[in-house]
Amino acid sequence: MAWDPEKDVIEVIRGPKEAGGAGGLYRAFGETLRGLKTTFGQLRMGVDTIQYPEEKIPVYPRFRGRHQLHRFEDSGLEKCVGCSLCAAACPSDCIRVVAAENTPEHRVSAGERYAAVYEINLSRCIFCGYCEVACPFDAITMGHDFELSDANRSDLIFTKEMLLAEPIERTPLRAEGE
Amino acid sequence: MNLNVPFALVGYIEPWWMVIIKSVVFALIGLQLVPVVLMMERKILGRFQNRYGPNRVGLYGAMTPIADIIKLLSKEPFRPKTAIGWLFELAPILSITAAFGALALVPYGPVVDIFGTATGLYGIDVSIGPLYVFAFGAISFYSVMLGGWASGSKYSFLGSMRAAAQLISYEVPQGMALIGVIITAQTMSLTGIVEAQRGMWYIVPQFFGFIVFMVASFAETNRPPFDLMEADAELTGGYNTEFGGSKFTLYFFAEYLNMIVVSGIATALFLGGWLLPFGIHPPNWLDPFIVIGKMLAFVTFFIWIRATLPRLRYDQLMSLGWKVLLPLATLNALITAIIVVAN
Repeated sequence: MAWDPEKDVIEVIRGPKEAGGAGGLYRAFGETLRGLKTTFGQLRMGVDTIQYPEEKIPVYPRFRGRHQLHRFEDSGLEKCVGCSLCAAACPSDCIRVVAAENTPEHRVSAGERYAAVYEINLSRCIFCGYCEVACPFDAITMGHDFELSDANRSDLIFTKEMLLAEPIERTPLRAEGE
Repeated sequence: MNLNVPFALVGYIEPWWMVIIKSVVFALIGLQLVPVVLMMERKILGRFQNRYGPNRVGLYGAMTPIADIIKLLSKEPFRPKTAIGWLFELAPILSITAAFGALALVPYGPVVDIFGTATGLYGIDVSIGPLYVFAFGAISFYSVMLGGWASGSKYSFLGSMRAAAQLISYEVPQGMALIGVIITAQTMSLTGIVEAQRGMWYIVPQFFGFIVFMVASFAETNRPPFDLMEADAELTGGYNTEFGGSKFTLYFFAEYLNMIVVSGIATALFLGGWLLPFGIHPPNWLDPFIVIGKMLAFVTFFIWIRATLPRLRYDQLMSLGWKVLLPLATLNALITAIIVVAN
């Protein structure tokens, strides 16, 4: 059978057909009614809003929120040994560590040295989690707290005491598999 | 009909003190309806978009309009260097005046007995009803045009030019749509038209008239999908770009008042005013509530349309007005006239 060029003609429809006349009027009216039906369907679907301050979306376990410093549970010594690797890894340069030597009378951490000053400037932090990855002792981890706004910038510089303190439970955590 | 009476009043004229009292009362009713409509719009629009709408101020956000108005009224008055001062001050006042003027026409009920004085539950009942409404509608557009022009900014000017063209395109079909009603009712008094609807609301025999009137009303009250004169996406607010604080409040109130007035007029002309269908005859004191209920239902439809249709392109607006609405309204008037004469 010979090739019929007529069969390969592709009809391209760009937009609706020419409007106007009674057909156009009818179509415009019908389309408006269809639109009204669609919006009414949205009305019946109910509300998707989460009333934020009263109601919060639980965060995932690996959510990267405000940092926390940790202690050993048995001895109560700080895990941080003041190695400054987190400060070196930090891309936005917001961690400041000043190390000091542990002495037998004044033992703060389990290692040879400890962090005498440990400050994170949260107004600079980009919450990338590199500090957590760089830390050889898992002394610093990213917590779940994300409500960090404050009235002035200096209040956003978190000191070692603030980072070591138990975080206020204000962020719901998603259960396993939720 | 006695043509020597000023304003060509028809029906009953109350004593002068009752006229003053009822004009104050109806103006206050109009003012009270504005926040209700405002809140309805924001709440219902929210539901259409799967959200709650404002719900923080007061119970379920009921106090939001008051917070809005306090915010607007306490703003600093300002005006551009290029503005024409006195026109810039006058235009918003003209806009709210026209809206209140048209509000006087909305009939809430027939003549009733209030503490021994027979009182009509309407601001004024004139023998030229719809013409009066059109006159004030034109003045409210005039205030929009003046405001846009007096602002001395190009966006405002574009908005006011659009307003002028839109007024001309949509007043004509709106008027034509009413001719059918007037021919059927054989009167132009709004209370007379309502009384003529006993047995059958005009939305049924004048369905096309109703559709045309409604579409033209969206354009007249400057509501989506015909809000080209303030099209915020392209004109940053159109005629009210340069207005702020109390002047903007006046424009804002006038827009919502116009919406209420148009709903009231549509209720009187097409939806049977204070009459109920199926032979239900409620007590007389319910009449104003029935009218307000129908008005709010019509406003809800306004909001539904706003949630549905996108803003028209300018040439589409023009071709809809002249090529569709005007012939439809004319045909409707013509056919109605033929039927009325044939009977």
